Amino acid sequence: MLDAAVTLPLVLPPTVLGYYLLVLLGRATPFGRVYEWLFGSPLVFTWQAAVVAAFLHAMPLLVKSARAAFESVDHSYERAARSLGASEPLVFARVTLPLARRSILAAAALAFARSLGDFGVTIMLAGNIPGRTQTVAVAIYDAVESGNGALARTLVLVVSAVSLAILWFANRVAARPLGGRAPGTF
Amino acid sequence: MLRAKLRKQFSASPGSAAFSLDLDFSAGLGVTVLFGPSGAGKTLTLDSIAGFARPDEGRILLDDEILFDGAARVCLPPRSRHCGYVFQNYALFPNMTLRKNLEFALHRRPRLERHRRVNQMMERFHLDDIQGRYPHELSGGQKQRCSIARALIGAPRILLLDEPSRGLDAPLRAELYGIIRQVREEYRIPVLLVTHDLDECVELGDEMVVVRDGRGVQTGKPQEVFDRPANVEVAQLLGLHNLLSVEILSLDPGRNVSRVRYEDYELAGPYLPGHLIGDRVWLCIRPRDLTAAPRTGRPGANQIPVSLERVVERVHGLRQEFAGGLAVEGSSISVDEARRVKEWAVEIPAAAMRVL
Repeated sequence: MLDAAVTLPLVLPPTVLGYYLLVLLGRATPFGRVYEWLFGSPLVFTWQAAVVAAFLHAMPLLVKSARAAFESVDHSYERAARSLGASEPLVFARVTLPLARRSILAAAALAFARSLGDFGVTIMLAGNIPGRTQTVAVAIYDAVESGNGALARTLVLVVSAVSLAILWFANRVAARPLGGRAPGTF
Repeated sequence: MLRAKLRKQFSASPGSAAFSLDLDFSAGLGVTVLFGPSGAGKTLTLDSIAGFARPDEGRILLDDEILFDGAARVCLPPRSRHCGYVFQNYALFPNMTLRKNLEFALHRRPRLERHRRVNQMMERFHLDDIQGRYPHELSGGQKQRCSIARALIGAPRILLLDEPSRGLDAPLRAELYGIIRQVREEYRIPVLLVTHDLDECVELGDEMVVVRDGRGVQTGKPQEVFDRPANVEVAQLLGLHNLLSVEILSLDPGRNVSRVRYEDYELAGPYLPGHLIGDRVWLCIRPRDLTAAPRTGRPGANQIPVSLERVVERVHGLRQEFAGGLAVEGSSISVDEARRVKEWAVEIPAAAMRVL
């Protein structure tokens, strides 16, 4: 059930997810009211909303990969730690997490790249207010729409470069053997 | 002192047959060997003691502490069981140096004490020079020493070793045996060793438990078990030679003799109490109780003609292995003659026959 809920954003069309969030977090909803009461301003159509949108859109990717990473850690290490008297939190902090670290880092990088490129959820939840809630992906759409080819090209090049860099980083991190340092590096 | 009485059922599932473990044994000071073929439930037993597997019912006592009691619903977590476990792949934390690996076992101790005890252990197991290395930078022997040192540093009440010699070459194996002997001398704790290696049983074991299909079939000192296997299954598990399936032809309690038929040969044997004429029984004869001589003419009384298959040179003398599973040890024949002659007559003294 929780697993399905976490995976849902991965399969839903972004605009659908955005619509749900808008309905769930809007000014008139309980959550929206609590938020407004707490922070003095509504959530939707602010940059905070863009963050929420990007986060929710990318999270399933991170959760899924992190889980796979934790599960791929050889259980004998965890058993060894337990038989040496370590409590569960200590096993997690000193053994499981460090051994899964690289995969999680790589997954986080990929999730970040995905959140950068999000369009649908952002535009539904945060709108398109230049300088306030306009993300790169939305800005590119805007620039093309308004015939500003030069700006669109620049942004596209920047986003491509950043994405490639992240991909390169993620691959580099993930390719190393789990845990131990690669031979020859310190 | 460990007392374990375990029962665990696994129902059949796709890819694995039903299996049940039903074992009752104890392990005192010294090395106790759990011997059996793969899939006999040896590792499961070890895991139940360490707390990684939970038996359905039974009791596990270590010294005076109850680690597990099915009826009372006691099941201590692995961290409270004080079992030193040496894993087959050593399970040294790859993200820590050798020193950190040892320190991890003492994470609850004050820093100074930790430092002192790790230094002591490093010295004892000759690890001082390599304490800053990571596991992947260590040789097999170093990993082995480190994993045993790590299991012992927290002063466990028992040391559990899961097939420690699997995949080791001869020198490493010898080194391992040395370490285990050292542990037996220097630590006053039971050592429970799981293996399917016979030499290891004899070499290291003070006691052995033969396990087959989840059941303990025989317990005793390794030499006794080898000399007097409880039944033909044990004898086969131990890879013993000279298992003869014979038919009883006659029994004479008055003169304390019998006559039995092995294949086409009639042999004189001792009186076999508890058996009837016509019964088929298994006889087991120790290789050193047989004598072999090059065959000349017809075989004499209690002699069986056999052809030589191979000659094994061992530390304690020759072993000649013949077709049909007969083997003779300790004859005074020279190696050359033992090899050159192909046809032999093996004499089976009646007194050497033991019924399984």
